[in-house]
Amino acid sequence: MQTRTRRNTSVIVGAVLVGLVVLAALVSFFWTPHDPVKVNAAVRLLGPTGDHVFGTDKFGRDVASQIMVGARTTLYVGVVAVGIAAVIGTPLGILAGMSNRWLGEFVMRVNDLVLAFPALLLAIMFGAVYGASTLTAMVAIGIATVPSFARIARSGTLQVMSTEYVLAARSSGRSRPNIALRHVLPNISGLLIVQASVSFAIAVLAEAALSFLGFGTRPPTPSWGRMLQESQELLTVQPRLALVPGIAIALAVLGFNLLGDGLRDRFDPRLAVRK
Amino acid sequence: MTLVVEGLGISSLVRDVSFTVGKNERVGLIGESGSGKSLTALSIMGLLPDELGATGSVKLNGRELLGAPERELSRLRGNEMSMVFQEPMTALNPSMRVGRQVAEPMSIHGTRRDHKQAAVELLESVGLPSETARAYPHQLSGGQRQRVVLAMALANDPALLICDEPTTALDVTVQALVLELILSGTQWRETSLLFISHDLAVVASVCERVLVMLDGEIVEAGDTLDVLTAPKHEYTQRLLELSV
Repeated sequence: MQTRTRRNTSVIVGAVLVGLVVLAALVSFFWTPHDPVKVNAAVRLLGPTGDHVFGTDKFGRDVASQIMVGARTTLYVGVVAVGIAAVIGTPLGILAGMSNRWLGEFVMRVNDLVLAFPALLLAIMFGAVYGASTLTAMVAIGIATVPSFARIARSGTLQVMSTEYVLAARSSGRSRPNIALRHVLPNISGLLIVQASVSFAIAVLAEAALSFLGFGTRPPTPSWGRMLQESQELLTVQPRLALVPGIAIALAVLGFNLLGDGLRDRFDPRLAVRK
Repeated sequence: MTLVVEGLGISSLVRDVSFTVGKNERVGLIGESGSGKSLTALSIMGLLPDELGATGSVKLNGRELLGAPERELSRLRGNEMSMVFQEPMTALNPSMRVGRQVAEPMSIHGTRRDHKQAAVELLESVGLPSETARAYPHQLSGGQRQRVVLAMALANDPALLICDEPTTALDVTVQALVLELILSGTQWRETSLLFISHDLAVVASVCERVLVMLDGEIVEAGDTLDVLTAPKHEYTQRLLELSV
């Protein structure tokens, strides 16, 4: 009973945090308190006021507006990167788990090769070759995340393939591709959802890191990572400028982690019955 | 329908196993765990793990099954021959409603139009209420699940039904019910039965003929009554002594 309440709390807290990020991003399409990219020397480095809730930065841009528009970048990167990773990694993992030993081993060794390559290094390389942009960052983070999906999908597949209901499905004449779709995928979806939420959080962090290093989102498009970078020279004078995007990143990452954790328990029909 | 197994070998685990199952016949396969009963069953279904190869011959209605292409076997499985497994807890997909799972063999082989209705009828034929179709496996008891598995296996009126320890995981009262359902389900369909068990009493109540398997070989075969009243092989004698 107690664990169930705790699980519910984590879903709710996670959903609220993620909801806030999504809401901020959606609202920013129609309305922001100020123009997030408008430079105005007259209002440089203002503290929080009624007009500027989180104050302004060294160029006089409104921090609250930048945070709102930055949420778009964050979500965009997360969705696309996790999407790339899931769409490529999941079928590869299922294939590796269902095929004979040699093909499976081959897929997984190639997978290890990609996994051995640090994600940030890959993204920096991509940035150097194709030019730094949100798109290259997303693609690089996505490719670097493929192995974790493939591994999770494979281990889940191996587990499902060893169950009797797969044997039963085969003994009722289901073909292998059909078993993959109807039996394997639904039963590993819980694992994949958890992986997606964790990867989403990592992608958000990676985008922030890349933008911080100058390999991610280009100015003037607001991004939480770049806001952090721009704030570092003023860290001693105006720590608020680093705190606001920092807290935004932390809350978004926490939200996706909590949500994924809670969703896993919700989606698992075996846990759902034990009320 | 006849199933003819001749000189079946599976690496070193099963050696030179031969037997036949005739039309509408019920044959028991008994032996301790690890004696190769399940492997024999899986090789008939063509479901042996990749790393185990089978030699010899398995013929269903004169058609060779060993080494037959996977597509041909897929057409036979769930249609001409089907199987009930030991563990009802894991034999059903936990994320799929029971009705859909029972309907699967029919939709795969395109044998009946109205799968939903047919699935409900099948569930009713094994004594489960029609609401069961909407339940998930975890909402059913072990005995209920095993009845669902049986309904699935019988969906296409197979010529051969293989039951691999179908009642071992169930308690005694439920056991009797499931055995009764297997008997009645196979009888009116004229389905032949290969019944695997380590329980002599269960085999005696179901089968007309028995095969006794030990360490991958069939050591004794004959009519159930003969084998159980006058066992020739010492292993069968020991089995009988232990089960009394």
